Amino acid sequence: MRAIHYREIEGSGGFWALVGLLALLLAAGLTAAYFMEHIGHIITGMTNQVVWGMPHVFAVFLIVAASGALNTASIASVFGRVAYKPLARLSGLLAIALLIGGLAILVLDLGRPDRLGVAMTHYNFRSIFAWNIFLYTGFIAVTGCYLWVMMERRLNRHSRTVGTVAFLWRLILTTGTGSIFGLLMARKPYDEAIMAPMFIVMSLAFGLAIFILVLMAACRAGARPLGEATLMRLKNLLGVFAAGLLYFLLVFHLTKLYEAKFFGAEAFILWSGGPYTVLFWFGVVFLGGVLPMLLFWLPPTRRSRAAVGWGSASVVVGGLALVYDIIIGGQAWPLSIFPGMQVSSSFYDGVVGFYAPSLPECALGLGGCALALLITLLGLKLLPFLPETLADEGN
Amino acid sequence: MTGRPAAPRDTGHLVDEGRRRFLGVAAVSALVLAPGVSLLAYAEEQGGKQGASARTRWGLLIDTTKCKSSCTACVTACSSYNGWKNEGRPTDPQWIRKVQVTDPETGLSRSVPVMCQHCAKAPCVEVCPTGASFKRADGIVLVDRHICIGCRYCMMACPYKARSFVSEEISGQKPWAPRGKGTVEGCTLCVERIDAGQVPACVQACAREGSGAMTFGDLKDPASAISRALAEHPSLQLRADLMLDPGVQYQGVP
Repeated sequence: MRAIHYREIEGSGGFWALVGLLALLLAAGLTAAYFMEHIGHIITGMTNQVVWGMPHVFAVFLIVAASGALNTASIASVFGRVAYKPLARLSGLLAIALLIGGLAILVLDLGRPDRLGVAMTHYNFRSIFAWNIFLYTGFIAVTGCYLWVMMERRLNRHSRTVGTVAFLWRLILTTGTGSIFGLLMARKPYDEAIMAPMFIVMSLAFGLAIFILVLMAACRAGARPLGEATLMRLKNLLGVFAAGLLYFLLVFHLTKLYEAKFFGAEAFILWSGGPYTVLFWFGVVFLGGVLPMLLFWLPPTRRSRAAVGWGSASVVVGGLALVYDIIIGGQAWPLSIFPGMQVSSSFYDGVVGFYAPSLPECALGLGGCALALLITLLGLKLLPFLPETLADEGN
Repeated sequence: MTGRPAAPRDTGHLVDEGRRRFLGVAAVSALVLAPGVSLLAYAEEQGGKQGASARTRWGLLIDTTKCKSSCTACVTACSSYNGWKNEGRPTDPQWIRKVQVTDPETGLSRSVPVMCQHCAKAPCVEVCPTGASFKRADGIVLVDRHICIGCRYCMMACPYKARSFVSEEISGQKPWAPRGKGTVEGCTLCVERIDAGQVPACVQACAREGSGAMTFGDLKDPASAISRALAEHPSLQLRADLMLDPGVQYQGVP
C-alpha cells in the first residue's frame, strides 16, 4: 500500500463563507439559549406533557451519530481493514465534533444550564443520565487520545489498542443513550431493552451517513481525489446499516404489537398518530431505509456518486425523523395511569399531547449542528486530518 | 539595613508583632466560626430530635367513593397554600389534580385526586442525575431545588405525571415552598406541616370543605387511622404492576 500523506485543507473564499454562515447559525443558537434561560422554557413548544422537545431531537441525533462517525476508524484500527485507514483521522475528528455539538444543545436546554457545575459534582450513580455524563466526556478523551496516537508517528503502534478502547467505549456509550429511553418503564412507547442495541444500529447508520457527506464535500471543495472504490465501499456499508436499522425497527414494533398492553401506543405510531405515523412510514421507513437502499443498489444509480450523496442525506433525514418519532411521539402518547379506563382532567390526562417545535428550539438545535460542523471545518483547516488523495490504488 | 542581621531588640519586637497578629487572626476566626459551629451542633441536636425517621412511613388513603367530581377543595388548598397557580395552560404546574375515571364497560365513574404518589421505589429518584430528587427516611419524595438542573428526566420517568416544570418567572412564593424557574417541582406532602405535627393542606381542606375522603397517617403504625382503614377495606395502588410501592393508596377506583 502506498504511503498516505495528510494535509490541512486550504482556506478559500468559499471555506470562510461557510465558516461565517456556520458562525451565524451558532450565534442564533446561543441567542435562543439565552432567551430560553432568561425568559424560561415558556417560549418553547415544550409543556408538562411534552417535556423534551426539538433540542433533544437534535442533541440525541448528534450524540448517536457521533459514536457512529467513529465506525470508519474502528474498521481500520480494530478490524485491520487497511482500505479504511486513510479515513480514520477524519472519522475521529467528526466523532468528537458531533458529540460536542450534541452536548452543547443538551446543556443549553437544561432548565438551569448555569448549574453545569452541579451536574459535574453531584452524582447519583443509579441514574443512567449520570453514567452518560462520564460516558460522553470519556468518549471525547478516549477519541482525542486515539487521534493523537494515529497522528503522532512514534505512537502509531498503539493505535490498535487505543482504537479498541474507543470502539468498546462507543458501544457502551450508545447502549447508555438507548437505555435512557429503554429503561423508562412508565411510558409504553419506550420500555424495551432492545432500544439499547437499536440505538447502536442507528448510530452506525447516522454516523456513517454524515461521515460520507462530510468526506464528499471536503474532497470536492478541496479538489482532492476520492476514489470510486472507497466511496462504493462506504456506500455499501451504509446500505447494510440502513437495512439493519429497518430490521431492528421491525423486531421492536413486532415485539410491542405482541403484547396487548402496548397496542394503543403502537397503533398511535403505526397508523393513527397523524403526523407521527406519516413521519414513521415516510420519514423513517422510506427516507431512512428504503430509498437509500434503492439508490445504492438498483442498477441505474448504483455506480452514481450523486446517488451516494442523496442516499446518505436521505439516511440523515430519516434518522432525524426516527429520533423525533421516538422522543416527541413517545411523549405525546398519554400515560396510562388507569389502564383500560376512560380518563379526563385539567392536566391533559388521556389526551394526546400537543407539541409544535418553536423557533428558539430549532435555532438551538441547528446551532449545535453548526458548532459540530465548525469544529470539523476548523479541525481540517488547522491539522492534517484529510489525505492529499483518496484515489483508488493504482490510479 | 539590607544584608545586616537584625538586632536582638528588633527580633523581640518582630516576635511580639507576629504573636499579636496570630492572636488577632485566631480571635477573628473564632468569632466567625463559632456561630457556625454552634448552628451545626444545634442542627445535629434538632435533627436527632425531629429529623425524618425510617420508623415512620407517611401515607395517604383516598376513598374515591366519598370524593365528589364537583369538589376541588384539595386542589384549591394545595394551590393557595403552596403558591402555585393553574391558569389552564399546558405549561402551568399542577401539584395535585382531579382525574375523572370512567369504566367504559359499566359506566362507573369516580373523581380521583392524583398527586406525587411518594413511591418507596421512586423512578424519579432513580433517574435523577444529581440526586436532586430524593426520598426522606419517612418516605416523602422531594426535589432539592438547589441542585435540580432542570433536565426533566424525572418527569419522563414518573408514571403518574406528578411533576411540573417551572417554565417562567414566578411570583407569590411561600417561604415554606420555595420554587424556581428552570427546576422541577411536585407535591411535597406538605412536609413542613407534617414536621410540625399537622396534616397536609389537601387533607385538612378535604375534611373541612370536602367529604373527608382523605386519610393521612403513618403506614407503619398498625394503630393509625390509615392502617386500620387499609386493614378493613380493599385498596389499590396506581400502576401496582410497576411494583413501586406508592405511599398513596385508593379505595373505590373503578
